[in-house]
Amino acid sequence: MDLFEWIVLVAKIVVVLGGLLGSVAVMELVERRGSAFMQMRLGPNRVGPFGLLQPIADGIKFFFKEDPIPAHVEKFYYLIAPAVCLLPAVMVFAVIPFAAPMIVDGRQIVFQIADLNVGILYFFAVASLGIYGIIMAGWSSNNKYSLLGAMRSSSQMISYELSMGLSVVGIIMTFSSVQLGQIVQGQGEILFNLGPLSIPKWGILFQPLGFLVFLTAVFAETNRLPFDLPEGESEIIAGYHTEYGSMKFATFFMAEYMNMATVSALVATLFFGGWQMLPGLPWLHGMIASVSDLSPLVLDIVRVLFQIFSFTVKLAFFLWFFVWVRWTLPRFRYDQLMHFGWKVLLPLSLLNIGVTAGLIFYGVI
Amino acid sequence: MGQIEVKHGLFQRFYLIEIIKGLFITIRKVFSKKVTIQYPEQRRQYSDRFRGMHYIKVTNGVENCTACMLCSTVCPSECIYIEAGERADKEKYPVRFEIDLMRCCFCGMCEEACPKDAIKLSGIYEMSQSKRTVFDKKFLVEQRGSK
Repeated sequence: MDLFEWIVLVAKIVVVLGGLLGSVAVMELVERRGSAFMQMRLGPNRVGPFGLLQPIADGIKFFFKEDPIPAHVEKFYYLIAPAVCLLPAVMVFAVIPFAAPMIVDGRQIVFQIADLNVGILYFFAVASLGIYGIIMAGWSSNNKYSLLGAMRSSSQMISYELSMGLSVVGIIMTFSSVQLGQIVQGQGEILFNLGPLSIPKWGILFQPLGFLVFLTAVFAETNRLPFDLPEGESEIIAGYHTEYGSMKFATFFMAEYMNMATVSALVATLFFGGWQMLPGLPWLHGMIASVSDLSPLVLDIVRVLFQIFSFTVKLAFFLWFFVWVRWTLPRFRYDQLMHFGWKVLLPLSLLNIGVTAGLIFYGVI
Repeated sequence: MGQIEVKHGLFQRFYLIEIIKGLFITIRKVFSKKVTIQYPEQRRQYSDRFRGMHYIKVTNGVENCTACMLCSTVCPSECIYIEAGERADKEKYPVRFEIDLMRCCFCGMCEEACPKDAIKLSGIYEMSQSKRTVFDKKFLVEQRGSK
């Protein structure tokens, strides 16, 4: 690697990490104000204009809070658990492409931190490591509520990871690749033209069932309502992070929201064309190209910016969807959760694989 | 205990359409009018009969109270303490008139009992104190509140 590649790599990491951390701050505000709006309240609106500085105030609060360590905890695991939870959350975004490759000075810049050939398998492998942090936190807290939360969390993750992984198999078969970059590339092709409107080959059009199963499983994987049994305030206080305070709690919080951001990005990438431009933007880009006399390099940068914008819009929609669902649906009961995971989602995802395989075998898609 | 049988149609059991309906309900609420009262700037409009902090009514610079002790007698929580005295014009008046607001239950019986319309309850409801205070006559005589 020479200097150019190093600079590009560091820039990509900074942008992605900054974006992830920024999304945590934004989501905190969106969660609080969104929930307030849905309950016909106003929510926090005092800090800064429209309460926009509320996340900063909360961050400062977390930093300056007293940081007690209860006497009955297993110190080592108790202290590393938040970090173990956060690390996979930060790592998984690496495989998600956020714009099409661009050529500068004869070199290709891939807008993806790591273009791994295992692609989505890396995502599943690393994302499921986050469960270790939760189990460590629950066990080392030496608290019954925490342990119950951790146990629920582990069984939930195991049950839903299965259908999550299987629901993606359909997509992998359709685009015959596990590399997310190629899957997105494949979704750019035009399926058919509907008058002036051309329908792109987005994953959801091929895999509606896979999409539903994946979306549901993703909710369970991120411990969000209606699958927030590991935390379940009304039953087990705060579940695995009952004994955590100040910045250690905030780390769990950040991990949860980063996971949300990552899985939203994955949903957008697999089923909604990833960085493929939103309707209207390709036309706008063509307009800019024909009207102005910009150099091809600048036009390429504009194209990349448009793609990043499209990707961000899709990601933001799913982040909002997480909040939206959270304040709409009540929590599952534990037996319902298991019933739903094993007896509904798993057969559905297997059925999806079978049907997709049949359709591909007979050359329908 | 008998179990309640709930009959679900096919659509309800499919659940997905019900979820979408629910999502539309919540998104409609996002744009509906909010019920929050932004407290220090906006205040709830209480009725005129609201029983808040006490005050003693004053006419021509002299308090209406004649220290008849009716209010302190009727008070169920015994929070009113009155020490009667005599003015130069032979009129009875309260030398001390104290209300221990921590004990008061705001029943308003003192106001009902008062024949001179002297002790009244105002509409003031912000009565938090950093220490246990007994409101004396000087404080009570000041005309405050919306009443």
